[in-house]
Amino acid sequence: MKAAEIKIDKNLCKGCAICIDVCPKNTLERSDEVNEYALFYPRVRDLDSCIVCRLCELYCPDFAIEVVQK
Amino acid sequence: MITTNYIKNEYIRRMPSAFCPGCGDGQILNAIARAIDHLKIPRNEIAAVSGIGCSAWIPSPYLRVDSLHTTHGRPIAFATGLKVANPKLKVIVVSGDGDCTGIGGNHLLHAARSNVDITVIMVNNGVYAMTGGQVAPTTEHEYKTVTTPYGNPAFALNVSEVVAAAGASYVARWTTWHMNQLIRSIEKALTKKGFAFIEVLSQCPTYEGRILNMDHIEMLHWFRDKFKTDEKGVFRVGEFVDIEKPELTDELQKIIEKVKQ
Amino acid sequence: MIDPGEYFLEGDLAAAYGAIKAGCRFFAGYPITPASEITQAMAELLPRVGGKFLQMEDELASISAIIGASWAGLKSMTATSGPGFSLMQENIGYAAMTETPVVVINVQRAGPSIGQATRAAQGDVMQSRFGSHGDYENIVLSPNSVQEMFYFTVKAFNLSERYRGPVILLSDAEVGHMMERLKIPETVEIVNRKIAKTFEEATKYGDDLVPPMGRFGDGLELMVTGSTHRPDGTRDTGSPDVQSSLVTRLVEKINKNRMYIEEWEEMLTEDAEILIIAYGATSRPAKGAVIKAREKGIKAGFLRPKVLWPAPERRMKELAHVKKVILPEMSLRGYSMEIEKMFPGKFIHYPKVTGTVHTVSEIFKKIEEVNS
Repeated sequence: MKAAEIKIDKNLCKGCAICIDVCPKNTLERSDEVNEYALFYPRVRDLDSCIVCRLCELYCPDFAIEVVQK
Repeated sequence: MITTNYIKNEYIRRMPSAFCPGCGDGQILNAIARAIDHLKIPRNEIAAVSGIGCSAWIPSPYLRVDSLHTTHGRPIAFATGLKVANPKLKVIVVSGDGDCTGIGGNHLLHAARSNVDITVIMVNNGVYAMTGGQVAPTTEHEYKTVTTPYGNPAFALNVSEVVAAAGASYVARWTTWHMNQLIRSIEKALTKKGFAFIEVLSQCPTYEGRILNMDHIEMLHWFRDKFKTDEKGVFRVGEFVDIEKPELTDELQKIIEKVKQ
Repeated sequence: MIDPGEYFLEGDLAAAYGAIKAGCRFFAGYPITPASEITQAMAELLPRVGGKFLQMEDELASISAIIGASWAGLKSMTATSGPGFSLMQENIGYAAMTETPVVVINVQRAGPSIGQATRAAQGDVMQSRFGSHGDYENIVLSPNSVQEMFYFTVKAFNLSERYRGPVILLSDAEVGHMMERLKIPETVEIVNRKIAKTFEEATKYGDDLVPPMGRFGDGLELMVTGSTHRPDGTRDTGSPDVQSSLVTRLVEKINKNRMYIEEWEEMLTEDAEILIIAYGATSRPAKGAVIKAREKGIKAGFLRPKVLWPAPERRMKELAHVKKVILPEMSLRGYSMEIEKMFPGKFIHYPKVTGTVHTVSEIFKKIEEVNS
């Protein structure tokens, strides 16, 4: 399975980076941009590596990340 | 397909939450919502009851069901009244370790003893977090908290063992690392008749993190590496009790059927 | 199930009969002298009418469980005495804050602390109104006979349903344990809470300041909390307006409607110069003493609040012209602050704290003494 897009809701993300840590494919990384709460939200490092396992969605405490399957 | 936005739109209210970044409470909220969704329980059949503390906010206001946010230590007693009054409700109690075993210890014991058909999810972060990091009945010996600045002179309670001994039908212990296992345990607890108790070790980056000197990612790794089903003692997780036995609301109904005029 | 007719039984049992007749279908309690008989009676009666009874592990669990059951839609009650009543205060405040109808019977015994378990007193009067922390108002009823233990329990349910809050039936060990004739009628007047059918309905109230009440299981996604909250139940502890409007409404809800809640009995007050005010067990010898005083030509009058809180202040203001007011009661404080407030400079407190009720001659002697 491949991902078309990984949506990150900047208004909900608290920059906890659990998604980055739990991803088995290193698809995500911490960005150098902050949201309005001054927290570093994640960004996609390599969309092609995503296998749509949705562990990031399962572990996110803030309902802030969603993988859109191709 | 179970996706974040589906769960959020169906079951969650008022995001972003007040939980600290990295707090396990948001994960437990996610787990409860997914369990309810997997079982396809109609939302009007669920009632959530919570006490006082950070974890009390998991259902109140964040879970879109009838919710009762009660006084400290009493959610299990309120939940017993609610369930006995309307046995059709699936009643979920979310209570912190201090709320559940400290001030609420007596009610926990007796609800387990009477095997009333409610599900109690005890969020265990080993500390009274909401009020600033005081020692709790689940804080390990010698740990330094704001009310044990020279080290905890007392010892931690093994809650799951106590609840199992008191007579619960289902007892399980997981951590916020064991998300799938946690969701499956919540599903089992909701489907099973009898008193179901699920202890979830959950990271509190703000206070527990200070005691253990770990951030929330390190705590999750600690849950992953140290807590196993074949471990013994304080690092043991898994399903400890899963039995069938007579349940309180059924027994009350039998009495009514026998004597009702 | 409670057949109409005449019975001869004790006050505690009459209260249980009243509860069943009023539609109470949930009771959670804990044994305590002199109220255990109410709990025992409910254990026997409730299952027979399809109701649910639980003996809980303590009074804290009891008051918690009845509030939970009330949100499931059942009329619920508990019964206790002083030590248990003290334990229940936190959640009585919770019931007031969340506007949950519940009935709490306190069969007063002598205190403080363990006191005299089997003896009457009237020391919980202020506690029944101010026992919990913060600002709220309770309704408190004071029966003085077995018949009133029945009727006032029905009334307590009706008031709690009408005004959505805890109502205290403040009895005492004498009235609770005395045995008298009880007449149960065919029907009694029953008031039921207004049930909200939608979430919106549950957030609005009219001139009476009482919103309709949601019920768990109806799909309203109710948010009930003891924290300061907006009309829709959302917790909001940071807004000055939310706190102010909520707390003001909780107090005004009773004060504004007090003309419908206040109730009293009076005798020979039209030309009274010495007014005897008494309630509960003490009101029985007090009435007798007033009759005796009149026989001796003393212009005595009798006023008995049936509802202690809100107090019958409008009527007491109308009687402000009397020369003296005597309040006999089984407490050194009891109702005295209220009566002294209403009759400044004319108030004579006549407490008796032996654990036994005043006699007719004791009160009569006091009237004579005041009259001279």
